[in-house]
Amino acid sequence: MTRQEIGILLLLLVLCAIVAAASPQFLSVVNLQNVGRLVGTYGIFSIGVGIVIITGGIDLSVGSICALLGVLLSMMLVEWHWAPAVALAAVLLLGGVLGGAHGLLITRLGLQPFIVTLCGLLLYRGAARYVANDSTKGFGAGQGFEWVRALASGSVGGVPMPFVVMCVVAAIAWVLLHRSVYGRHLFAVGHNAEAARYSGVRTGAVVAWAYALSGVLAALSAVIIAFYTNSISPASHGNFYELYAIAAAVVGGCSLRGGEGTVLGIVIGAALLQVLRNLVNLLDIPGSLDFAVMGAVILFGAVADQLFGRRMRRGGP
Amino acid sequence: MSAISKRFPGVVALDRVDLEVAAGEIVGLVGENGAGKSTLMKILAGIHRADSGDITVDGKPAVLHGPADAGRLGVAIIHQELELIDTLDAAANVFLGREPHRGGPLRLLDRRRMEVDTERQLARIEAGISPRTIVRRLSAAQQQYVAIARALSMNARLLVLDEPTASLGSREAERLHAVLRDLQASGTAIVYISHRLREIEALADRAVVLRDGRNAGVLRRGEITRDRLVQLMVGRAVAQASERIPTVPSAATARLQLDGIRTARYPGAEVSLTVHAGEVLGVVGLIGAGRSELAEAICGVGSRQAGRILLDGEPVAIHSARDAIRAGLCLVPEDRRGRGVIGAMSVRENLTLPALGAYSRLGLVKRSAEAKAAREIATALTVKASSIEVAAATLSGGNQQKVVLGKWLALRPRAIVFDEPTQGVDVGAKAEMHRLIRRLADDGAAVVMISSDMDEIIAESDRVAVMHEGRIAGILDRPACTAESIMQLAVA
Repeated sequence: MTRQEIGILLLLLVLCAIVAAASPQFLSVVNLQNVGRLVGTYGIFSIGVGIVIITGGIDLSVGSICALLGVLLSMMLVEWHWAPAVALAAVLLLGGVLGGAHGLLITRLGLQPFIVTLCGLLLYRGAARYVANDSTKGFGAGQGFEWVRALASGSVGGVPMPFVVMCVVAAIAWVLLHRSVYGRHLFAVGHNAEAARYSGVRTGAVVAWAYALSGVLAALSAVIIAFYTNSISPASHGNFYELYAIAAAVVGGCSLRGGEGTVLGIVIGAALLQVLRNLVNLLDIPGSLDFAVMGAVILFGAVADQLFGRRMRRGGP
Repeated sequence: MSAISKRFPGVVALDRVDLEVAAGEIVGLVGENGAGKSTLMKILAGIHRADSGDITVDGKPAVLHGPADAGRLGVAIIHQELELIDTLDAAANVFLGREPHRGGPLRLLDRRRMEVDTERQLARIEAGISPRTIVRRLSAAQQQYVAIARALSMNARLLVLDEPTASLGSREAERLHAVLRDLQASGTAIVYISHRLREIEALADRAVVLRDGRNAGVLRRGEITRDRLVQLMVGRAVAQASERIPTVPSAATARLQLDGIRTARYPGAEVSLTVHAGEVLGVVGLIGAGRSELAEAICGVGSRQAGRILLDGEPVAIHSARDAIRAGLCLVPEDRRGRGVIGAMSVRENLTLPALGAYSRLGLVKRSAEAKAAREIATALTVKASSIEVAAATLSGGNQQKVVLGKWLALRPRAIVFDEPTQGVDVGAKAEMHRLIRRLADDGAAVVMISSDMDEIIAESDRVAVMHEGRIAGILDRPACTAESIMQLAVA
């Protein structure tokens, strides 16, 4: 583990200890399962956004992709009666296509990632509301796609399914980022795109694939979230998710300048955010404050890292 | 300025240099790349501080703590890369950083005053530009005028121009010279830095020549000729030509051939060259001669407007660095930190970056094979690092350069281009780099070595191509290759 991962893990454990001490409910099986389910769900798309951030880019579109694909999934299964496997594949493919399109606009036309994905955020939100006719979609007690629903509500030996899925995704992402040729090129491009290009790395393709991956992972979590809520109101479903993802990645050690970050860090970052929300819940802090608490803790972490981390880095090797 | 000395880590940039400019005088300042002209001017501008020596303005000693002090004393420097903000208009650039305002809490800009004053300064040099023109829309020459107007509006009494005609045509250059003569007549002191020695000949009242950070001589008006300037610029003991016999037999295979290459910088100039297997071709030229542009164009990282590249007689399609690398044509770029190494990544990751596929299976890196290969390259090149896992940025310049070269070794390049391979590396590492370059050639690669270091070019090259304004001005074989013959070709 890197020093950064250890730091953020310590922060997470300290936070857990505080919440557990203040509210014994925190350690109850139901609560832990609930938190685990959320960590899994948010962790999946956070990993995708983290990969994009490692390239030095940003992906603001994941929340809206979640809404659009959630609406479409419901319509595919409930209204159009597609086979669940086909619907699932279509949603994942669509996520990859949308993300890949962002990547191509950024690398081929040289548009700025912020602008491209901001337009995605607006576009897909509008599209979601339009195709759904602005009405809330869901799956009711629909038959025939129980196994898809199990991705959201099932569990393996008491561990909630979304958490299991996230672990699988994280394992694959870890191999991809930290053990594969693609991952090495990804970090090289993030650190110094010019030097990477001079070394023969296809920088455009590396970056475009990162956005496509982010799109696929957003789609995967869109499926889980759709079944988890079972009620997809296209105007608000997935709102702010892109910010959760960016926060998780940054808390987990990704630098917005690119080139830095680890899968483990991002996952721990995502977990930290969910524990914070849980803390607000359990400690009877007004729910309206939950964003404020999150903001304050992240800011505290960033300030501490800057003040103490910098000193450590200067003294270290 | 008298007895100015300045040392940077590892090099003495200036050694007791004197420079004197009288009011109403134009002094030409010339010297090879790295002779110390820029450093001297940066000291005058307050950007660097001299280690020792005095600066006197109007007979009074001056202490420069920063550019603002220099401005207050009436010193204005117009750098080769104009420091204008091209999205703002002329008036805004002229007053950048000292905008007049109408007072009050809002400190609203006094646009009227800015425009009136800018107009007056521009009229003074008969520039014929509206103060409201956005700088981006102006030609290179007109931008130069804006920079001069800025200097004038700051009441500059000493104007330093660094290669002001580098991007101008000959008519525009003459026009600029007329402006400078007018300013001279009104009592402005001018220091004019140029590689175009004809200009110095035509314009300067005195020419001050620097060489290796020292005063090499002063020529007065009438004595200034191109040949005498060249003599003073290079006037070194003839470089100790090593006794090595040229290794290239006459029937050597033509490994790298360039056929009619045009770069974006000099679209009108064509370069055709042949480099043989086992040969080191030195490429020399003054700054701005188009050497790096040529290197980048043939190695696929810069734009190439026209021309063919042949390796071993076969034309190769090169549209990206990747294409070039696959064909066996590699570049060790000039900007080591920006383009050569990825400083934050480890020595191992840098060394294996272009050839990572060779140490991987199914897209996954075989870590032990990679580490073994990296260790072998690092050992072969004697890279001094505590481990191959330390970040490349922590290495010295010479060792970073070895890492950049090491990236290519595993690929066994057929041709390799070095752009300023020993810039900013210490003496020991320099000798090692020369040894490595020679070894690559001995192993059969065609080597192109771009350098501004005349000694290096003369000692390490089998042949020398001299570039001037995007063209090959001449190719010198070893016996004919002296600092003076090179400089004759390199200057206008």
